[in-house]
Amino acid sequence: MPGAAAAPPPRQTPAGATVVVAFEEVSLAFDEKVVLDGVSFTLEEGHTKVFLGASGAGKSTILKIILGLLKPDGGEVRVLGAPVHHLAEGELMRVRGDLGMVFQEGALFDSLTVGENVGYKLIEEARLPIEEARPRIEEVLGFVGLGAFIDRMPSELSGGQRRRVAIARAMAAKPRVLLYDEPTTGLDPMTATTVDDEIIKLRDLENVTSILVTHQLRDAFYVATQEAVRRNGSVVFEPASTAKADEAEFIMLKDGRVHFEGNAHALRESTDTYVRTFLS
Amino acid sequence: MITRRAKEILQEVQEYVRLCVAAVRGIGSGPWYFRDIVQQFDAIGLGSMTVVVLTGFFTGAVLALQTGMTLDQFGARPFVGRLVSASMVKELGPVLTGLMLAGRVGSGIAAEIGSMVVTDQVNALRALGTDPIRKLVVPRVLAGTLMAPVLTVIADTVGIIGGWLIATVQLRVASSLYWTSITEGLYVQDAWMGLIKPFVLGFVIVTTGCHVGLRTTGGTQGVGRATTNAVVIASVMVIAVDFFITRLLFTLIY
Ligand SMILES: Nc1ncnc2c1ncn2[C@@H]1O[C@H](COP(=O)(O)OP(=O)(O)O)[C@@H](O)[C@H]1O
Ligand SMILES: [Mg+2]
Repeated sequence: MPGAAAAPPPRQTPAGATVVVAFEEVSLAFDEKVVLDGVSFTLEEGHTKVFLGASGAGKSTILKIILGLLKPDGGEVRVLGAPVHHLAEGELMRVRGDLGMVFQEGALFDSLTVGENVGYKLIEEARLPIEEARPRIEEVLGFVGLGAFIDRMPSELSGGQRRRVAIARAMAAKPRVLLYDEPTTGLDPMTATTVDDEIIKLRDLENVTSILVTHQLRDAFYVATQEAVRRNGSVVFEPASTAKADEAEFIMLKDGRVHFEGNAHALRESTDTYVRTFLS
Repeated sequence: MITRRAKEILQEVQEYVRLCVAAVRGIGSGPWYFRDIVQQFDAIGLGSMTVVVLTGFFTGAVLALQTGMTLDQFGARPFVGRLVSASMVKELGPVLTGLMLAGRVGSGIAAEIGSMVVTDQVNALRALGTDPIRKLVVPRVLAGTLMAPVLTVIADTVGIIGGWLIATVQLRVASSLYWTSITEGLYVQDAWMGLIKPFVLGFVIVTTGCHVGLRTTGGTQGVGRATTNAVVIASVMVIAVDFFITRLLFTLIY
């Protein structure tokens, strides 16, 4: 693969952590409409990036650029060391193998059962026989509390259930990076918290790097300030240490640019008028 | 304004050709999604059987009725079988089957793929490491291209039977006379033409449906528009491509 050979090794930060995603002056316009206008950020392994912004601010677009589903007009995008902004579709498949995406409305395959959706990558791409994939499918469906729904069709599920199946599908092949596009929008607070807990668990226990796009500040702050730890064989959630909480960074987009960047504390204390209206 | 529209059309054609090339390439090299291939043969092949049989039957019957009337003016009524078989096999079988497939299969493909595009399912496929061309386009192209000739042969056969019914019952032509006249009217070249045409038309119909579906934008409304476009474009393509193949085959094999 020429693209892979040309890729330099993952950039190292001073602390020695691996940069998983790096945007450098990324811009994109649809016809005349500028959606991204010079966006830069980096995300380190095991950390969390939370994207906030009004509807149409370009949040979903950023996730699609990371996956290589959209090509930026300008700038550079590195994902796990690979320059996805100029990789061909065939070369992107290798990068996508390490990524999992939860699409905004779930994007479940209507024609497949819940189990086939969740096991899609294992069955269709890794070409595992169904009986070998089944334990993993059951495991991840159990993880999101939908073990009993394995043989249902997506059309029989509620909105929240569809969202959880989408998370199960994204995590089934054990990706290193998970991208969540508004995973809790439209869910009741109880269900939203269970989804948030999954995100935290995957991050803290499986060391999955996360990018979370959300409108809901409650969920954003919860994910940023809670920590999952295994204690005596069971998983408990507790307030994160300051160091841990600093690993979650917020980015607020406005008019195609990064309007605010900082941790949960800095966001709460911000005096910027646009940030304040967004928080209130 | 006009140059911009021309540019758009040119771009569209370029995209279409690119899709066709990718599809043919995808057929030649794996990975293949066998489950989808079998499913599409079932949906496109078996699923179109009823409509093709009905169209074929009534076309053959009306052909016999019309030509019988004309042939009477020359006292040539016994030749009705010859006209039915020649028109059916060379022209009406392929074209009418093509039009039926454009309406049924072309629209179905555009609607199905179009709704997958607007709900991000195609993006989800790509995110999960699947090439949508191999997963969605290749199975449909295989099924459409290989099943169109089969369906056409069925339409031809049923049409000739429809013609026989009218010839014997209404026109009072002897059954044996009809059947001998059928075989006398057909040459090997006609059979080739009758098979090559639907092969090409099948390819054109499904690739048009896939192309229009994959380029759907604008939510649910967009899916409706794509479906209509697919039928219109595929139907016009059937008639136009039929003309050019006929022209080409006349110089090549006759
Ligand atoms: N394929 C596309 N074609 C044209 N415009 C698009 C396309 N995808 C997104 N847009 C536009 O880009 C802007 C940003 O979209 P998006 O990233 O989905 O916003 P959000 O922050 O709500 O997720 C929106 O104004 C949207 O209309
Ligand atoms: Mg969005």
